[in-house]
Amino acid sequence: MSATPTRLAFRQPSVIPGFGLTLGLTLTWLGLIVLLPLSALFIKTSELTFERFIAIVTAARTLHALQVSFGLAFAAALVNVVFGAIVVWVLVRYDFPLKKVVDALIDIPFALPTAVAGIALTALYAENGWIGSLLAPLGIQVSFTPLGILVALVFIGLPFVVRTVQPVLADLDQELEDAAASLGASRTQTLVKVVLPSVWPALLTGFALAFARAVGEYGSVIFIAGNLPGVSEIAPLLIVIRLEEFRYADATAIATVMLLASFVLLLIINRLQRWAELRGSKHA
Amino acid sequence: MSALGESAGPAAERGASEGLPSALAQAHAYAAQHRPVRTEPRAVRIALTLVALAFLTLFIGLPLVAVFYEAFKRGWQAYVAALIEPDALAAIRLTLIVAAISVVANLLFGLVASWCIAKFEFPGKTFLITLIDLPFSVSPVVAGLVYVLLFGSQGLFAAYLQAWDIKIIFALPGIVLATIFVTFPFVARELIPLMQEQGTAEEEAAISLGASGLSTFFRVTLPNVKWALLYGVLLCNARAMGEFGAVSVVSGHVRGLTNTMPLHIEILYNEYQFVASFAVASLLALLALVTLVAKTILEHRLAEEDR
Repeated sequence: MSATPTRLAFRQPSVIPGFGLTLGLTLTWLGLIVLLPLSALFIKTSELTFERFIAIVTAARTLHALQVSFGLAFAAALVNVVFGAIVVWVLVRYDFPLKKVVDALIDIPFALPTAVAGIALTALYAENGWIGSLLAPLGIQVSFTPLGILVALVFIGLPFVVRTVQPVLADLDQELEDAAASLGASRTQTLVKVVLPSVWPALLTGFALAFARAVGEYGSVIFIAGNLPGVSEIAPLLIVIRLEEFRYADATAIATVMLLASFVLLLIINRLQRWAELRGSKHA
Repeated sequence: MSALGESAGPAAERGASEGLPSALAQAHAYAAQHRPVRTEPRAVRIALTLVALAFLTLFIGLPLVAVFYEAFKRGWQAYVAALIEPDALAAIRLTLIVAAISVVANLLFGLVASWCIAKFEFPGKTFLITLIDLPFSVSPVVAGLVYVLLFGSQGLFAAYLQAWDIKIIFALPGIVLATIFVTFPFVARELIPLMQEQGTAEEEAAISLGASGLSTFFRVTLPNVKWALLYGVLLCNARAMGEFGAVSVVSGHVRGLTNTMPLHIEILYNEYQFVASFAVASLLALLALVTLVAKTILEHRLAEEDR
């Protein structure tokens, strides 16, 4: 900061005009659309006594809904990291017909509305659906069970992992692998000791992004879940149910827990991204 | 960063072939002949490719195909009938209105915010970017709920709204607000990194040559970011038209009045009108496909301009 003792400069000097105006507009709009509404949640929650808040949040049905949302989001993010890594590897390193089309289709879960994904997955995994009818003889039921929730969460999370890891692997200098190989490393050793450490931060970031998205997901899940309280009811759905029952205190308390979780996840993701960038610039 | 990597590559190779001793060239040739160490055995490559394609077919290909299959299950006539029915038309109209307002709002915000963040240095900038990103990580249901807590019948502003007879929740304003919230970061997020990368030299030059701030923005900055801007608008629009959770909480589900397309899909589906439900869904799926095609073309343009 180049501050003179007489006048403390908030920003570094520049000939470009419009700083005050654009910063003012940005903060006003951000305040009105995002911060004011979010603070309404905390204001409403603070109207509850602490005991009441704890009672709502630790009620069996709430706890179970939170457990379903967080547990299955974690499992789905794991599935996405494993298969996402394979997809990225194949897309970056190998060649096959229609690769460009396949690459573009990865973003479908970003672009397809969640309600559309929800009814499509339900149709596929229902007992008479294309996939459900194949699984039924094996005794596996997907739709209207927690497994169905997992399927929906894997669907919506996949592009987060792929699009985070893909550019990192594409930028990776393959001469490092050549060097490792020429020094006598086996292919497995090269992958584990050279490639994995470089893409590891990106994989973790992708995991966190997929997890964060899956925890709060609503639209694609409610159709396939069956929504049985205590079994396949997710936390966002419980918020909606409490709201429809006019139990605002309950809805608010559960939403506060979800929002705090999002804050923590956002913080972790920011840290991970900075770490991944540092890693990236070190290798470049 | 990727642009730097690409431009460094050819330059380094030119240096190698022009000036360096031939032993190194021989080593390069040797390495080129022994490339197999770089990759996996053929069987592993084929197996991995098949695993990846099977996974993508199962989770992305089939759901997409299923939408259109279910929509056309009873033929063209049933499909068209489901789309020209008055409630469906009302839902389509509402969705277009909501998306148009939200996209324009976020477009203006995106331009203003990225100008302020990319062209100036000030403390707290990283924190400001984090706040702009915040709606990405908030559950859509929570996004809807916070507006109910503000403007609903039990909300913080309930008394004022009642006194002035203004309806926000279960009406168009609430739906628009919730949609703007969930699409808040889309345009800004595309513009900020690009404008930061482009720096301020061109703007400083224009201004020191006597251009006004506004004409600098329209003649220098805007042409530089036009593809990224379009890209952000596209993604913002797709999300705005398809938003379900947040809108579902604030809409009240009044058929023909406050039902957007995704909500109309839900109602039809819960009434077991599957063909009609998938017919409306197929429009949104088509929008998703068009968005992806446009996105691919734009990414191509962006990469070309980078060079």
